[in-house]
Amino acid sequence: MTDTTVTTISTRDWLLADSPASRAQARLGSAYRAYLTLRRNPLTVIGALIILILLLLAALAPFIAGADPIAQDLPNRLKPPGAGHWMGTDELGRDIWARVIFGTRITLEIVVLVAIIAAPVGLLVGAVAGYFGGWADRLLMGVTDIFLAMPKLILALAFTAALGPGIEHAIIAIAIASWPGYARIARAETLTIRRSEFVSAVQLQGASNTRIIVSHILPLLTSSLIVRVTLDMAGIILTAAGLGFLGVGAQPPQPEWGAMISAGRSFILNQWWVATMPGFAIVIVSLGFCFLGDGLRDVLDPRSGERR
Amino acid sequence: MSLLEVEDLRVSFPTPRGPVEVVSGVSFTLGRERLGIVGESGSGKSMTGRAILGLIRPPGRVVARRLVFDGIDLLAQSETAMRKIRGARISMVMQDPKFSLNPVMTIGDQIAEAVKAHRRMPRAALRQRVLDMLVSVRIDEPARVAKLYPHEVSGGMGQRVMIAMMLIPEPDLLIADEPTSALDVSVQRQVLEIIDDLVKRTGMGLIFISHDLDLVAGYCDRILVMRNGEVVEECAARDLAQARHPYTRGLLAAVPRIDESRAELPVLERLA
Repeated sequence: MTDTTVTTISTRDWLLADSPASRAQARLGSAYRAYLTLRRNPLTVIGALIILILLLLAALAPFIAGADPIAQDLPNRLKPPGAGHWMGTDELGRDIWARVIFGTRITLEIVVLVAIIAAPVGLLVGAVAGYFGGWADRLLMGVTDIFLAMPKLILALAFTAALGPGIEHAIIAIAIASWPGYARIARAETLTIRRSEFVSAVQLQGASNTRIIVSHILPLLTSSLIVRVTLDMAGIILTAAGLGFLGVGAQPPQPEWGAMISAGRSFILNQWWVATMPGFAIVIVSLGFCFLGDGLRDVLDPRSGERR
Repeated sequence: MSLLEVEDLRVSFPTPRGPVEVVSGVSFTLGRERLGIVGESGSGKSMTGRAILGLIRPPGRVVARRLVFDGIDLLAQSETAMRKIRGARISMVMQDPKFSLNPVMTIGDQIAEAVKAHRRMPRAALRQRVLDMLVSVRIDEPARVAKLYPHEVSGGMGQRVMIAMMLIPEPDLLIADEPTSALDVSVQRQVLEIIDDLVKRTGMGLIFISHDLDLVAGYCDRILVMRNGEVVEECAARDLAQARHPYTRGLLAAVPRIDESRAELPVLERLA
């Protein structure tokens, strides 16, 4: 370009340049474009913000809470929201704000551990079933269908009941109840990849089946799985809260949101805040994961999101 | 001694109306030379290549009176034994690099995979080997290209990467299944030269599958013409002009010339 006004282009133009002058500019440009796509969807940004705040709260809980989440203060029990305890206090005089804040740690722990346990299992089962087909497919998908036939919460409840109450057992139970969904997705995706040319190319290099699944098929499945797991996190939180509410999840005095609602149930008519505050926390965090998951789907999978 | 002996190779697929033979009784032998297989679409040339590698998926069936590669009876090998032969001893370059490269793996990693499938190697040596291989298929800046993903390179470059990937385990026989038909004419020559160069240098056998008669005639030592799963003509490449079989003559007549004086280009009537 011979135009001399080019020298005064804005940062935005520089980032969106069609022919970047350096590799760094091209990288920044593509990052900026991804950011623009995200920004066009305000719900995604809200979701991401909620998750970010959740992470911050969990990391800085002792500094933000301002009170011990399990210290009892019986003279001040069931105080309504006010200056001293701005979310009120519960039946043992514990500050509900502090409990909700510390509850973020438990929620995150559950969500992350369930994802770490369930996603790889589902991924592997689905990929193996889809890749080999035949009786392996029938057997594995049969097992998957058996798990899918039961509602998640009931299944998780049965497993925690068998394993004994406690947060670790709740995590294992929820993981057992949630892998089949991932297996289904992984299988469906594998079926489309399995017949593709590059898989035959790897086969005729003499690669073993294990090698093909692990290093060629699994990486292709991850993007749709990440979206699915993010969307499922709301469900995981709700299941965990449900288990806590039923008394088989986190045990008192742990500040788990579901267990807190359960404790507040007896006072719901006169002291509404005891059950409502953790309820708000659950709703907001679940929404956050849903919004983020939807946005990620649009970014990672251009087929499903409509072009705007 | 011949590298590959094929006698009465038959590939069939079951259909509701009984089995359909897509390759019916193909026989040839191959030394360390360049053999071209030509024919129209559906003449069974690709299936012949796949059958040699044992890559015909069930319910397809492969039978042959003799299918021997370097003293090994390919039909008697188990799947595990076949895997050791595939890639390491017999390799295949496929048609379209767009589909035959894994989209989420860098080029360097993919070439390295081909080696890793057969033997263990220290990481640094492996990396060096990949870079050397990229240089030998005439890719400049191999270190940069190795870090790229398949969608970031052009078709011609992709096909060269594919060749690098298939040749890095140093096979004895290379099957090239229309390696240039997805490429631009100007890039075709380059890719062919690279294959030719590598074949000559390493002394491996080459089966070159194509529908481009001229290309094969100028490129290979010997030519098989296939039609409906059968070999209709086998001759030395330089004698192609004197081919006797009416089908080959028909094919030759259908090739357009630059100093064309015919008003209409003859075409082959399909009866089957």
